[in-house]
Amino acid sequence: MAVKVVRRPELTFWEKLYLPQIFCGMKITSRHFFKNLFLHIAHLFGRLQHIPAAATIQYPEELRPLMSRYRSRHRLTRRDDGSPRCVGCMLCETVCPARCITIVPDEHPDPDVEKFPVRFDIDLGMCVYCGYCVEVCPEDAIRMDTGILDLAAYSREAMQLDIHELLDPELRKPVAACDLEFPHQCSVHGGEMKGGWEGTAVTPSS
Amino acid sequence: MMVDLMIKLVLAGIVLFAVLNLAGFHTWVERKQSALIQDRIGANRAPILGFRALGMFHGMADVLKMFTKEDIVPKGADRTLHMLAPFLSVFFALVTFAAIPFGDRLVIGDRVIELQVAKIDAALLYIFAMLSLGVYGVILAGFASRNNYAILGGLRATAQMISYEIALGIAIIGVIMVYGTMDLSEIVRSQGQLIGGWLPRWGIVVQPVAFVIFVTAALAETKRLPFDLPEGESEIIGYFVEYSGMKFGMFFLTDFLETIVVASLVTTLFFGGWQVPYLTPDGFHFPWGWEIPVANWLYVLFGVASFSIKGLIFCFLFMQLRWTVPRFRYDQLMSLGWKGLFPVAVLNVIVTAIVLVFFGEAS
Repeated sequence: MAVKVVRRPELTFWEKLYLPQIFCGMKITSRHFFKNLFLHIAHLFGRLQHIPAAATIQYPEELRPLMSRYRSRHRLTRRDDGSPRCVGCMLCETVCPARCITIVPDEHPDPDVEKFPVRFDIDLGMCVYCGYCVEVCPEDAIRMDTGILDLAAYSREAMQLDIHELLDPELRKPVAACDLEFPHQCSVHGGEMKGGWEGTAVTPSS
Repeated sequence: MMVDLMIKLVLAGIVLFAVLNLAGFHTWVERKQSALIQDRIGANRAPILGFRALGMFHGMADVLKMFTKEDIVPKGADRTLHMLAPFLSVFFALVTFAAIPFGDRLVIGDRVIELQVAKIDAALLYIFAMLSLGVYGVILAGFASRNNYAILGGLRATAQMISYEIALGIAIIGVIMVYGTMDLSEIVRSQGQLIGGWLPRWGIVVQPVAFVIFVTAALAETKRLPFDLPEGESEIIGYFVEYSGMKFGMFFLTDFLETIVVASLVTTLFFGGWQVPYLTPDGFHFPWGWEIPVANWLYVLFGVASFSIKGLIFCFLFMQLRWTVPRFRYDQLMSLGWKGLFPVAVLNVIVTAIVLVFFGEAS
């Protein structure tokens, strides 16, 4: 049987005296103390700003820099006219392992586009932030680059984002007023269909 | 008679005001100093009208919080003792300051005022008696709470205080032998003499070993890290588990008060109290021949400033030590006290006695 002999080093006489070791410790803590004190005072006078005096990041005033590939809250990208790039192909809804995406597509007046979503909901209470929806999207219509991390709500309902919040990352629940022009099932107006395509007489079939 | 009484009352008021405020200030220092040591920023979120004052208002906020919190007495606890314990703790920590001289005689007209609340001939004995009585608050808190952890903390405190008090007392004997008195103001006064014409006869110079033992044992008396076994917040919460609101706050205050007591005692006994080097009542006499005359009030002011600065430096050092050294294990604590400090303290007394017999002046 293999035996591993662990040799614990004996304390030397000076270490057993406590005092020299305590002074060594005091040296370390004092070094930190006076260095940081000096830096804090220097910062007060606007000097040496590039050397931080503390490792603290004062959340929520200061945010930690995020990696560019970090997966934060989703957003839907827009076309030049403000309508969503989404073509309602249902790939993200299909690939989503948490089944948190709900899309209701409708026919688009432009024959090159085929479809668009009248409803696009993500239940953040269910989302696992895997990023598959972003990966699978053929139109680059959904991204997870808003940098929004503070996704807290008082109810499950408030965790459910609809097309208003998804199109505009600045918006938070509850959305006060709807400013979307394309047709969509508007939660602000109690789920009624709102909006229409500019210049076309096409009304969405529902 | 009435004037004398008034003077004493004013002195007591000044000391109480200074000490209690310093203890409150300690809470801020503790937060900020530990933050700086650990590369943090520390509490800074209690603004009044937008002023954060580096987080200094947190202490006030804490006191307000503690006063408004519910005061819980556990079921089955001894109500009287449970209530008495924190008051005893704070009381004995506060009365200690009465015997500590914080300045030399102040002469106003033909009246001589000793800057010491109570001029006691055996001030040293009084202080140690009061410090020892302080443990009653802790024991009673542990005993009256009817909580196993609390009584464990109380018992630990008792054993620790008794062990370290012996080393503390014996360390002091060396100092008493050298200065030949137990009157603190006399001890301070005789520390103003110079050895060889240039070295102040401070306690640290004549009794360095006693200084080390005294500081160690006195830190153990304050029940703060590295000797915070009675509290031991990570193992047993300590003797004040069952206290809430301002009663808990009073134990907290006692900790800081005791730190200040120890800092001022170390200053008084080993660092010349209110003595400023080369300053005598009629002015500075430097060994290289300079002489600067100083008025009496300025001399006293220098003394009080000297005492306060030295005391504050020691408060700072103790705080630094508290954030440097980890807690002792219980057997290590006991063996340090009984096998380390106690024999060394006795040796120190013997060596001091021999030196005094052969080289002592006129004794």
